[in-house]
Amino acid sequence: MIERRPFVQKILNNRKDNLRVVSGIGTSTWDLMSAGDNEGNFGFIGAMGQSIPFALGLAKAKPNYRILLFTGDGDTLMSLGSIATIANHPVSNLTIIVLDNESYVETGSQPTATAGKTDLELIAKGSGISNSYTVKSENDYQKIMTTVYEEDGPSFIVVKCQAKATPLVFPHSFDGSVSINRFMGSMKS
Amino acid sequence: MTEIAKDWRNDIYAVFKDLNVTVVSHVPDAGHTPLINLCEKDNEIDVVTLTTEQDGVGLSCGAYAGGKRSALLMQSSGVGNCINALALPNICRVPFLTLVSMRGEWGEFVPWQVPMGLGTPKVLEAMDIKVFRADYKEEVGSTVDAAARFAFNTNRSAAVLLSQKMIGAKQFKNG
Repeated sequence: MIERRPFVQKILNNRKDNLRVVSGIGTSTWDLMSAGDNEGNFGFIGAMGQSIPFALGLAKAKPNYRILLFTGDGDTLMSLGSIATIANHPVSNLTIIVLDNESYVETGSQPTATAGKTDLELIAKGSGISNSYTVKSENDYQKIMTTVYEEDGPSFIVVKCQAKATPLVFPHSFDGSVSINRFMGSMKS
Repeated sequence: MTEIAKDWRNDIYAVFKDLNVTVVSHVPDAGHTPLINLCEKDNEIDVVTLTTEQDGVGLSCGAYAGGKRSALLMQSSGVGNCINALALPNICRVPFLTLVSMRGEWGEFVPWQVPMGLGTPKVLEAMDIKVFRADYKEEVGSTVDAAARFAFNTNRSAAVLLSQKMIGAKQFKNG
Protein backbone atom coordinates (compact mmCIF):
# COMPACT_ATOMS: atom_id res chain seq x y z
CA MET A 1 0.00 0.00 0.00
CA ILE A 2 1.24 3.44 -0.90
CA GLU A 3 1.80 6.08 1.75
CA ARG A 4 -0.12 8.99 0.25
CA ARG A 5 1.64 12.08 1.54
CA PRO A 6 5.20 11.28 0.39
CA PHE A 7 3.71 9.99 -2.87
CA VAL A 8 1.91 13.30 -3.53
CA GLN A 9 5.12 15.15 -2.68
CA LYS A 10 7.07 12.96 -5.10
CA ILE A 11 4.60 13.64 -7.94
CA LEU A 12 4.94 17.40 -7.30
CA ASN A 13 8.72 17.38 -6.91
CA ASN A 14 10.28 19.62 -9.60
CA ARG A 15 6.83 20.41 -10.96
CA LYS A 16 6.73 22.06 -14.36
CA ASP A 17 5.57 25.64 -14.92
CA ASN A 18 2.51 24.57 -16.89
CA LEU A 19 1.05 22.49 -14.06
CA ARG A 20 -1.84 23.77 -11.95
CA VAL A 21 -3.06 21.65 -9.05
CA VAL A 22 -6.44 21.45 -7.35
CA SER A 23 -7.27 19.34 -4.31
CA GLY A 24 -10.57 18.10 -2.93
CA ILE A 25 -11.89 18.56 0.59
CA GLY A 26 -10.04 16.94 3.44
CA THR A 27 -6.76 15.11 3.58
CA SER A 28 -6.04 15.74 -0.11
CA THR A 29 -5.70 19.46 0.57
CA TRP A 30 -3.38 18.87 3.53
CA ASP A 31 -1.36 16.50 1.34
CA LEU A 32 -1.08 19.08 -1.43
CA MET A 33 -0.01 21.81 0.98
CA SER A 34 2.57 19.49 2.56
CA ALA A 35 4.44 19.54 -0.75
CA GLY A 36 5.18 23.24 -0.21
CA ASP A 37 3.33 26.49 -0.69
CA ASN A 38 2.76 27.25 -4.37
CA GLU A 39 0.61 29.93 -6.01
CA GLY A 40 -0.39 27.35 -8.60
CA ASN A 41 -2.36 25.33 -6.02
CA PHE A 42 -6.03 25.66 -5.08
CA GLY A 43 -7.29 23.52 -2.22
CA PHE A 44 -10.91 22.86 -1.27
CA ILE A 45 -11.68 22.98 2.45
CA GLY A 46 -15.43 22.52 1.98
CA ALA A 47 -18.08 22.08 -0.73
CA MET A 48 -17.66 18.31 -0.78
CA GLY A 49 -18.19 16.80 -4.20
CA GLN A 50 -17.33 19.96 -6.10
CA SER A 51 -13.63 19.51 -6.82
CA ILE A 52 -14.18 17.30 -9.89
CA PRO A 53 -16.58 19.68 -11.69
CA PHE A 54 -14.32 22.59 -10.65
CA ALA A 55 -11.34 20.87 -12.25
CA LEU A 56 -13.38 20.30 -15.42
CA GLY A 57 -14.30 23.99 -15.64
CA LEU A 58 -10.70 25.01 -15.06
CA ALA A 59 -9.34 22.56 -17.63
CA LYS A 60 -11.82 23.85 -20.22
CA ALA A 61 -10.90 27.46 -19.56
CA LYS A 62 -7.12 26.90 -19.48
CA PRO A 63 -6.22 24.52 -22.31
CA ASN A 64 -2.60 25.68 -22.26
CA TYR A 65 -2.07 24.33 -18.75
CA ARG A 66 -1.96 20.77 -17.46
CA ILE A 67 -4.56 20.47 -14.72
CA LEU A 68 -4.08 17.90 -11.95
CA LEU A 69 -6.71 17.16 -9.32
CA PHE A 70 -5.85 15.24 -6.17
CA THR A 71 -8.91 14.11 -4.32
CA GLY A 72 -10.14 11.33 -2.08
CA ASP A 73 -12.52 8.43 -2.50
CA GLY A 74 -15.10 10.17 -0.29
CA ASP A 75 -15.17 13.35 -2.38
CA THR A 76 -15.27 11.31 -5.59
CA LEU A 77 -18.10 9.05 -4.41
CA MET A 78 -20.20 12.14 -3.73
CA SER A 79 -19.90 13.25 -7.35
CA LEU A 80 -19.86 10.12 -9.49
CA GLY A 81 -22.06 11.75 -12.11
CA SER A 82 -19.36 14.35 -12.75
CA ILE A 83 -17.15 11.55 -14.09
CA ALA A 84 -19.77 10.85 -16.75
CA THR A 85 -19.93 14.56 -17.52
CA ILE A 86 -16.16 14.72 -18.02
CA ALA A 87 -16.20 11.63 -20.23
CA ASN A 88 -18.80 13.22 -22.49
CA HIS A 89 -17.27 16.71 -22.50
CA PRO A 90 -13.66 15.65 -22.73
CA VAL A 91 -10.69 17.85 -21.96
CA SER A 92 -7.25 16.61 -22.96
CA ASN A 93 -5.34 18.46 -20.23
CA LEU A 94 -7.01 17.01 -17.12
CA THR A 95 -5.75 14.25 -14.83
CA ILE A 96 -7.73 13.17 -11.77
CA ILE A 97 -5.80 11.26 -9.11
CA VAL A 98 -8.03 9.67 -6.49
CA LEU A 99 -6.09 8.95 -3.32
CA ASP A 100 -8.23 5.96 -2.38
CA ASN A 101 -7.72 4.94 1.24
CA GLU A 102 -11.14 3.26 1.35
CA SER A 103 -11.95 5.30 4.43
CA TYR A 104 -13.36 8.56 5.78
CA VAL A 105 -10.19 8.99 7.84
CA GLU A 106 -10.86 12.53 9.08
CA THR A 107 -14.18 11.62 10.67
CA GLY A 108 -13.09 8.45 12.43
CA SER A 109 -12.05 6.06 9.67
CA GLN A 110 -15.46 4.80 8.70
CA PRO A 111 -15.18 2.61 5.58
CA THR A 112 -16.22 4.09 2.23
CA ALA A 113 -17.90 2.15 -0.55
CA THR A 114 -14.48 1.38 -2.04
CA ALA A 115 -13.69 -0.67 1.07
CA GLY A 116 -16.60 -2.82 -0.02
CA LYS A 117 -17.65 -3.75 -3.53
CA THR A 118 -17.08 -0.48 -5.37
CA ASP A 119 -14.24 0.01 -7.88
CA LEU A 120 -13.66 3.61 -8.97
CA GLU A 121 -11.50 2.64 -11.95
CA LEU A 122 -14.37 0.57 -13.33
CA ILE A 123 -16.81 3.40 -12.66
CA ALA A 124 -14.56 5.79 -14.60
CA LYS A 125 -14.15 3.30 -17.45
CA GLY A 126 -17.87 2.58 -17.49
CA SER A 127 -18.53 6.31 -17.50
CA GLY A 128 -16.41 6.60 -20.63
CA ILE A 129 -12.97 7.72 -19.45
CA SER A 130 -10.87 5.13 -21.25
CA ASN A 131 -7.54 6.22 -19.77
CA SER A 132 -8.36 4.95 -16.28
CA TYR A 133 -6.10 2.75 -14.21
CA THR A 134 -5.30 1.74 -10.65
CA VAL A 135 -1.89 2.04 -9.01
CA LYS A 136 -0.95 -0.05 -6.01
CA SER A 137 2.83 0.31 -6.05
CA GLU A 138 5.10 3.33 -5.94
CA ASN A 139 6.96 1.72 -8.82
CA ASP A 140 4.22 3.05 -11.10
CA TYR A 141 5.27 6.63 -10.33
CA GLN A 142 6.74 7.25 -13.79
CA LYS A 143 3.56 6.01 -15.48
CA ILE A 144 1.60 8.60 -13.50
CA MET A 145 4.05 11.38 -14.43
CA THR A 146 3.64 10.55 -18.12
CA THR A 147 -0.13 10.72 -17.75
CA VAL A 148 -0.04 14.03 -15.88
CA TYR A 149 2.27 15.85 -18.29
CA GLU A 150 2.03 14.13 -21.65
CA GLU A 151 -0.96 11.92 -22.31
CA ASP A 152 -4.20 13.10 -23.87
CA GLY A 153 -6.80 13.18 -21.15
CA PRO A 154 -9.07 13.14 -19.47
CA SER A 155 -7.29 10.59 -17.31
CA PHE A 156 -8.46 8.99 -14.09
CA ILE A 157 -5.97 7.30 -11.77
CA VAL A 158 -6.91 5.46 -8.60
CA VAL A 159 -4.00 5.33 -6.15
CA LYS A 160 -4.66 2.74 -3.47
CA CYS A 161 -3.11 4.06 -0.29
CA GLN A 162 -2.93 3.49 3.44
CA ALA A 163 -5.76 4.71 5.65
CA LYS A 164 -3.62 6.57 8.09
CA ALA A 165 -4.27 9.90 9.78
CA THR A 166 -1.62 12.48 8.94
CA PRO A 167 -0.87 15.93 10.40
CA LEU A 168 -2.91 18.79 8.96
CA VAL A 169 -0.91 21.17 6.76
CA PHE A 170 -2.84 24.38 6.29
CA PRO A 171 -2.97 26.35 3.02
CA HIS A 172 -1.74 29.91 2.61
CA SER A 173 -5.24 31.13 3.56
CA PHE A 174 -8.55 29.66 4.68
CA ASP A 175 -10.32 32.55 2.97
CA GLY A 176 -11.53 31.20 -0.36
CA SER A 177 -11.41 34.57 -2.08
CA VAL A 178 -7.76 35.01 -1.13
CA SER A 179 -6.98 31.49 -2.30
CA ILE A 180 -8.73 31.69 -5.64
CA ASN A 181 -7.38 35.14 -6.49
CA ARG A 182 -3.84 34.05 -5.72
CA PHE A 183 -4.38 30.94 -7.83
CA MET A 184 -5.81 32.96 -10.73
CA GLY A 185 -2.84 35.30 -10.54
CA SER A 186 -0.53 32.38 -11.25
CA MET A 187 -2.04 31.87 -14.71
CA LYS A 188 -1.28 34.27 -17.52
CA SER A 189 -2.62 32.73 -20.69
CA MET B 1 -38.46 37.99 -38.50
CA THR B 2 -38.92 34.33 -37.69
CA GLU B 3 -40.94 33.17 -34.72
CA ILE B 4 -37.88 32.04 -32.76
CA ALA B 5 -36.27 35.45 -33.16
CA LYS B 6 -39.11 36.92 -31.10
CA ASP B 7 -38.67 34.43 -28.29
CA TRP B 8 -37.60 35.80 -24.92
CA ARG B 9 -34.81 33.21 -24.80
CA ASN B 10 -33.20 35.22 -27.59
CA ASP B 11 -33.02 38.13 -25.17
CA ILE B 12 -31.12 35.93 -22.68
CA TYR B 13 -28.81 34.74 -25.45
CA ALA B 14 -28.15 38.37 -26.39
CA VAL B 15 -27.10 39.08 -22.78
CA PHE B 16 -24.74 36.09 -22.87
CA LYS B 17 -23.13 37.47 -26.03
CA ASP B 18 -23.00 41.04 -24.73
CA LEU B 19 -21.37 40.02 -21.43
CA ASN B 20 -19.12 37.33 -22.89
CA VAL B 21 -20.68 34.31 -21.18
CA THR B 22 -18.91 31.42 -22.87
CA VAL B 23 -19.66 28.41 -20.65
CA VAL B 24 -23.29 27.35 -20.25
CA SER B 25 -24.10 24.27 -18.20
CA HIS B 26 -27.52 22.77 -17.62
CA VAL B 27 -29.74 19.96 -16.54
CA PRO B 28 -32.28 20.54 -19.25
CA ASP B 29 -35.75 21.90 -18.75
CA ALA B 30 -38.29 22.50 -21.49
CA GLY B 31 -38.41 26.18 -20.52
CA HIS B 32 -34.71 26.54 -21.31
CA THR B 33 -34.64 24.39 -24.45
CA PRO B 34 -34.76 27.22 -27.04
CA LEU B 35 -31.87 28.94 -25.19
CA ILE B 36 -29.85 25.71 -24.98
CA ASN B 37 -30.38 25.24 -28.72
CA LEU B 38 -29.16 28.78 -29.44
CA CYS B 39 -26.06 28.23 -27.30
CA GLU B 40 -25.28 24.87 -28.92
CA LYS B 41 -25.30 26.50 -32.36
CA ASP B 42 -22.74 29.06 -31.17
CA ASN B 43 -19.12 27.92 -31.54
CA GLU B 44 -18.01 30.46 -28.94
CA ILE B 45 -20.22 28.96 -26.23
CA ASP B 46 -19.24 25.70 -24.54
CA VAL B 47 -22.43 23.88 -23.54
CA VAL B 48 -22.09 21.22 -20.85
CA THR B 49 -24.91 18.81 -20.02
CA LEU B 50 -24.68 17.90 -16.34
CA THR B 51 -25.94 14.86 -14.46
CA THR B 52 -26.90 16.96 -11.44
CA GLU B 53 -27.29 20.71 -11.06
CA GLN B 54 -24.78 21.05 -8.23
CA ASP B 55 -21.95 20.13 -10.59
CA GLY B 56 -22.75 23.28 -12.52
CA VAL B 57 -21.77 25.33 -9.47
CA GLY B 58 -18.30 23.78 -9.32
CA LEU B 59 -17.95 23.92 -13.10
CA SER B 60 -18.80 27.64 -13.13
CA CYS B 61 -16.28 28.34 -10.37
CA GLY B 62 -13.52 26.39 -12.12
CA ALA B 63 -14.24 28.19 -15.38
CA TYR B 64 -14.07 31.52 -13.53
CA ALA B 65 -10.70 30.53 -12.05
CA GLY B 66 -9.62 30.03 -15.65
CA GLY B 67 -10.94 33.44 -16.69
CA LYS B 68 -14.30 32.50 -18.27
CA ARG B 69 -17.80 33.66 -17.48
CA SER B 70 -20.54 31.09 -17.24
CA ALA B 71 -24.20 30.49 -16.48
CA LEU B 72 -26.05 27.51 -15.04
CA LEU B 73 -29.52 26.76 -16.42
CA MET B 74 -31.86 24.62 -14.36
CA GLN B 75 -35.40 23.96 -13.28
CA SER B 76 -36.52 24.97 -9.79
CA SER B 77 -36.32 21.34 -8.66
CA GLY B 78 -32.56 21.51 -9.25
CA VAL B 79 -32.02 24.40 -6.86
CA GLY B 80 -32.31 22.09 -3.88
CA ASN B 81 -29.52 19.93 -5.25
CA CYS B 82 -27.16 22.91 -5.20
CA ILE B 83 -27.38 24.11 -1.61
CA ASN B 84 -24.05 23.03 -0.13
CA ALA B 85 -22.25 23.59 -3.43
CA LEU B 86 -23.34 27.24 -3.28
CA ALA B 87 -20.90 27.69 -0.40
CA LEU B 88 -18.13 27.56 -3.00
CA PRO B 89 -18.92 30.76 -4.95
CA ASN B 90 -19.92 32.43 -1.69
CA ILE B 91 -16.67 31.85 0.21
CA CYS B 92 -14.49 32.35 -2.88
CA ARG B 93 -16.40 35.47 -4.04
CA VAL B 94 -16.86 33.94 -7.46
CA PRO B 95 -19.45 35.62 -9.69
CA PHE B 96 -22.04 32.88 -10.11
CA LEU B 97 -25.08 33.26 -12.35
CA THR B 98 -27.97 30.84 -12.60
CA LEU B 99 -31.24 31.05 -14.51
CA VAL B 100 -34.04 29.02 -12.98
CA SER B 101 -37.18 28.01 -14.85
CA MET B 102 -39.95 27.80 -12.26
CA ARG B 103 -42.30 24.90 -11.70
CA GLY B 104 -44.95 24.40 -9.08
CA GLU B 105 -46.18 27.98 -8.87
CA TRP B 106 -48.64 28.86 -11.66
CA GLY B 107 -51.13 26.38 -13.09
CA GLU B 108 -48.91 23.44 -12.21
CA PHE B 109 -50.27 20.01 -13.09
CA VAL B 110 -47.79 17.86 -11.14
CA PRO B 111 -48.11 18.12 -7.35
CA TRP B 112 -44.58 16.75 -6.86
CA GLN B 113 -43.22 19.99 -8.34
CA VAL B 114 -44.86 22.17 -5.70
CA PRO B 115 -42.59 21.66 -2.64
CA MET B 116 -39.36 22.69 -4.38
CA GLY B 117 -41.16 25.37 -6.35
CA LEU B 118 -42.32 26.95 -3.10
CA GLY B 119 -38.89 26.47 -1.55
CA THR B 120 -36.78 27.80 -4.41
CA PRO B 121 -36.63 31.54 -3.56
CA LYS B 122 -36.26 30.80 0.17
CA VAL B 123 -33.44 28.32 -0.38
CA LEU B 124 -31.56 30.69 -2.67
CA GLU B 125 -31.93 33.60 -0.27
CA ALA B 126 -30.89 31.40 2.63
CA MET B 127 -27.61 30.82 0.79
CA ASP B 128 -27.08 34.57 0.24
CA ILE B 129 -27.95 34.48 -3.44
CA LYS B 130 -29.39 37.70 -4.85
CA VAL B 131 -32.72 36.66 -6.35
CA PHE B 132 -34.19 38.40 -9.39
CA ARG B 133 -37.50 37.46 -10.97
CA ALA B 134 -39.03 37.84 -14.42
CA ASP B 135 -42.80 37.45 -14.70
CA TYR B 136 -43.25 38.92 -18.17
CA LYS B 137 -41.49 38.25 -21.46
CA GLU B 138 -40.75 41.93 -21.97
CA GLU B 139 -38.64 42.12 -18.80
CA VAL B 140 -36.53 38.97 -19.28
CA GLY B 141 -33.67 40.61 -21.13
CA SER B 142 -33.27 43.53 -18.75
CA THR B 143 -33.63 41.29 -15.68
CA VAL B 144 -31.03 38.77 -16.84
CA ASP B 145 -28.76 41.64 -17.82
CA ALA B 146 -29.12 43.19 -14.35
CA ALA B 147 -28.52 39.86 -12.59
CA ALA B 148 -25.49 39.06 -14.71
CA ARG B 149 -23.97 42.47 -14.12
CA PHE B 150 -24.69 42.14 -10.39
CA ALA B 151 -22.82 38.83 -10.36
CA PHE B 152 -19.91 39.76 -12.61
CA ASN B 153 -19.39 43.28 -11.28
CA THR B 154 -19.71 42.56 -7.58
CA ASN B 155 -18.33 39.01 -7.44
CA ARG B 156 -21.46 37.56 -5.90
CA SER B 157 -24.08 34.98 -6.75
CA ALA B 158 -27.28 35.89 -8.59
CA ALA B 159 -30.30 33.89 -9.69
CA VAL B 160 -33.08 34.83 -12.08
CA LEU B 161 -36.37 33.03 -11.51
CA LEU B 162 -38.22 32.73 -14.81
CA SER B 163 -41.84 32.47 -13.79
CA GLN B 164 -44.11 29.63 -14.76
CA LYS B 165 -46.74 32.19 -15.70
CA MET B 166 -44.43 33.35 -18.45
CA ILE B 167 -43.09 29.95 -19.50
CA GLY B 168 -46.52 28.34 -19.47
CA ALA B 169 -47.66 25.33 -17.47
CA LYS B 170 -47.82 22.09 -19.38
CA GLN B 171 -51.09 20.22 -18.86
CA PHE B 172 -50.41 16.49 -18.97
CA LYS B 173 -52.81 14.00 -20.58
CA ASN B 174 -53.06 10.38 -19.58
CA GLY B 175 -52.66 8.03 -22.54
